[in-house]
Amino acid sequence: MNDMTAPDFTLATPQTEPFVRVEDLRVKFVSRDATVRAVNGISFDLERGKVLCVIGESGSGKSVMMRSLLRLHPKNRTVIEGTMRVGDHDIAGVSDRAMIDLRGSLISMVFQEPMTALDPLYTVGDQIAETVRRHEGVSKEAAWARALELLDLVRVPSPERRLKAYPHELSGGLRQRVVIAMALSCRPSLLLADEPTTALDASVQIQILVLLRKIQREMGMSMIFVTHDLGVAAQIADQVAVMYAGRIIEYGEARDVLLSPQHPYTQAMLASTAKDQDRDVPLEAIAGNPPDLRALPDGCSFAPRCKYAGPDCTLTMPPPITDAWGHMARCFKVGIGPAGKLRFDAKIAEPV
Amino acid sequence: MTDATADALRDLPARPAPTVRVRGYWGSVWNRLRYDYVTLFCLALILVIIGLAIFAPWVAPMDPYKSSMAHRLKPIGYRNYLLGTDEQGRDMLSRLLYGGRVSLTMGILPVGLATIIGGLFGVVAGYFGGAVNMVIMRTMDIFFAFPSVLLAVAISGSLGGGITNQLLTLTVVLIPPLCRVAETATSQVRNMDFVDAARSTGASTASILFTHVLINVMSPVLVYASTLVSVSIILASGLSFLGLGVSPPTADWGLMLSTLRQSIYVQPLVSAIPGIAILITSIAFNLVSDGLRQAMDVRA
Repeated sequence: MNDMTAPDFTLATPQTEPFVRVEDLRVKFVSRDATVRAVNGISFDLERGKVLCVIGESGSGKSVMMRSLLRLHPKNRTVIEGTMRVGDHDIAGVSDRAMIDLRGSLISMVFQEPMTALDPLYTVGDQIAETVRRHEGVSKEAAWARALELLDLVRVPSPERRLKAYPHELSGGLRQRVVIAMALSCRPSLLLADEPTTALDASVQIQILVLLRKIQREMGMSMIFVTHDLGVAAQIADQVAVMYAGRIIEYGEARDVLLSPQHPYTQAMLASTAKDQDRDVPLEAIAGNPPDLRALPDGCSFAPRCKYAGPDCTLTMPPPITDAWGHMARCFKVGIGPAGKLRFDAKIAEPV
Repeated sequence: MTDATADALRDLPARPAPTVRVRGYWGSVWNRLRYDYVTLFCLALILVIIGLAIFAPWVAPMDPYKSSMAHRLKPIGYRNYLLGTDEQGRDMLSRLLYGGRVSLTMGILPVGLATIIGGLFGVVAGYFGGAVNMVIMRTMDIFFAFPSVLLAVAISGSLGGGITNQLLTLTVVLIPPLCRVAETATSQVRNMDFVDAARSTGASTASILFTHVLINVMSPVLVYASTLVSVSIILASGLSFLGLGVSPPTADWGLMLSTLRQSIYVQPLVSAIPGIAILITSIAFNLVSDGLRQAMDVRA
């Protein structure tokens, strides 16, 4: 499979409707004690064959959003509002039965923890073949042959031998490759990757990242990649969305968001990464903690930690401001600059 | 995948079919069990005991119910009585063989039934959680509140004696612990990522329950169930001892033990024989369950 030619995928034809469209997605978990508002109105579009990186700290609603796209949340305790369209399918509206068919073939997911994402009692081959057979109804032998192909695709060395291995016999990196192979087994059009490199060694991380990017390009898949590692985002993303307290607070082309961030949170986050500054200079950290999702403050959720926040930032949530390049930020102090680009200016007064 | 990629895949030189022998889970369990001689020996022992019980009418040297006042309480090895005679002069060996039929039935059948029923309830309670879990597990807790012997006596007492009622009693008594084990194991498995991973690749609830949950829950439940076989035999013996199980002329290990109890000063060895039979059977079942647990752990 190494000699696979770059396919001329359908990207060339301009599309009126983006492949993935999420509008005003809201997810809350209801229990007797509290209602946790994990996602509070997310909207984004993703074109076919593009990679969207979702960045945010723990508890910002990244994983919840991903799981909503597959409807993996327990039904009785979760309230999902808004629209989610992938291809021609209305994810929020289809029946449970239809959703089962969409999982794996239209949308698939790579999990964070390769230790637990594989059933310890089945061999790797069994697990991949099972997924293949579920969707394609082929014979056992054909499914095993396909499993072998898939292990080859994710560059597992000596795949014939690994097919018979149990998950505990593989290293973390190999296991994650197997998890990816399983997710790819039914040729999904949209791959959700929920921090697939976080649980791995630094040296293995980059391999998996390069692999995912390569396969994504080869197969022409769209991918939503959740991470809290900005370096990873810079490597892989076409678009970047920065999430905070269940909202996208900045969104745009990767280069715009990562090189000229406008929202104070994105700026602070980028300032807190280790670049090549001197050893004795302490890293800048963002003071305070993310808000409690059970009792979100009115207004901008970042205002309590924001050094530019004025008195009125806590009154209403700033509306999104978008420039001509699709760069969006939700901050009262961001306006359209002279070049038509989004520009942060601490002197802009927030509206009353 | 786009058509172009699919074409590229199709055009690849045909790879020789994988020479992988698909052995499956049970095949690999057997492969590990094959070299565990203690377990194999105990398994053989259990099979022999069961075989002897089934073929008792052909194997037994005498009629287990024919008593003889002249030959009461004879020692082991007395004339034709290989294991001596009991307090009514009946041949101990024959009674032991026939008694195995009742005792083993009491050991295996209720455990089997309770494993199926309790396991099913436990898996359902553990997987679906919420109100379903509460209804099932709180009901089990009610049964748990009574000591098992007391519960068995109470149920048996209200149903009356006889083999069927005894089977029923033991099944009811054994369901709650098995249900509890299955529920605990299921709720652990349910939260594992591989269940979500299976769902995210399009597995239905039923197929997750059967392919992933059940097999992961099976090993703790089966192992626990096999330890319950000896408990069940002893519980059955206890019920018979109290007169709530099978009634006197019937040969049953528990009943034999209870009637020979008075003769323990006259023929201590003969009186102990049914107890030894229970002991050996219990130990064999426990060792097999232990070996099974090790063999079912793929990480071993």
